[in-house]
Amino acid sequence: MSAPGKWPRILRRRPWENAATALIGVGAVMLMQPFSLELYGWSFAVILAGTAAFLVVSHFPE
Amino acid sequence: MTHTSSLHALARRAGAATPPAFAARVRGLSDRAVAWLFITPTIVLLLAINVFPLIWTIRLSFTNYRANRPNAPLRWVGLENYTSILSDPDVWHAMQTTAHFVVWSIALQVLLGFGLALLINRQFRGHGFWTTVILLPMMLSPAVVGNFWTFLFQPQTGLFNTIVAVLAGRDPSSFQMIGDVALAPWAIVLVDTWMWTPYVMLICLAGLRSIPDDLYEAAEVDRAGPWRRFWSITLPMVLPFLMLAVLFRGIENFKMFDMVNLLTSGGPGSTTEVASITLKREAFEKWRTGYSSAFAVILFVTVFGLANIYVKVLNGVKQR
Repeated sequence: MSAPGKWPRILRRRPWENAATALIGVGAVMLMQPFSLELYGWSFAVILAGTAAFLVVSHFPE
Repeated sequence: MTHTSSLHALARRAGAATPPAFAARVRGLSDRAVAWLFITPTIVLLLAINVFPLIWTIRLSFTNYRANRPNAPLRWVGLENYTSILSDPDVWHAMQTTAHFVVWSIALQVLLGFGLALLINRQFRGHGFWTTVILLPMMLSPAVVGNFWTFLFQPQTGLFNTIVAVLAGRDPSSFQMIGDVALAPWAIVLVDTWMWTPYVMLICLAGLRSIPDDLYEAAEVDRAGPWRRFWSITLPMVLPFLMLAVLFRGIENFKMFDMVNLLTSGGPGSTTEVASITLKREAFEKWRTGYSSAFAVILFVTVFGLANIYVKVLNGVKQR
């Protein structure tokens, strides 16, 4: 990982971490909602993407 | 001086008691190496008990393995187990049952726990006694709680049915909390709320105790009423702690097994079959080990994702 000074401003940790957290939350809701079987079918992919993204972006500098 | 000389004497005695061969071996090691020497058994144990089974489960989730037929040929099925779980209406139903349990138990626990914390935060006669009484359910084992609530819910002799019957003016055997399709999901919510409300209360109490008195004094100077003080000071200051309690209870209830299994075993029918009970049935009643491994991986990733959010909120609370 490059030094925080050279790190692109757009890749700051906070907003990306929030986005990954939102993705996990949306995935958890999709997993347990009673409205659409199709949404349920995609839920695991969304949670997995959110969790993987969280693991990556939590290493970004502040 | 005397203290230093006694320490030296103690070190000499310890040195004399150490076997020479071992002492010679350890003397050449760096601090880092000695630290590794102490940590290694724990790491090996963690790898053997946690990490290896996890990797093995992920591997099995891509196969048709059945634990009751260990000698049958193992076939690689790719993502088939995952796609069949994520298109199975029965598993979807189990997820909805889990959601009902998680949402209602957390909502009740937060309301009651926060209310109790506001009461306990005031100084009154018998404060310590009532705090201990309120905390008692949390200290019991879920297995014990599941068993004794089964007795309390007995239609004819159960204490719960008797009390409700007296209050509602009905016959105690006119309703069954565990045997009724409409009431059983609420029975598990009720028992979980009874057991875990004290935990939420404790966390809220920690939040209430962390609010500086200056804020309330300043609000009084500004002539803010009790409601205004609650909405503008108490609730915003306790909110991160409440979030912590909600996430922790959410994760715990999402994977709840023991209490539900003892109370209803998922019945009547599949009315209270939460995700972990479905997993147990697939793994140890239908012996679909590969399929249930895939289901376990789905639940694990979900809990892992939620745990990440929990740690993030926890760090936020720590930085306050």
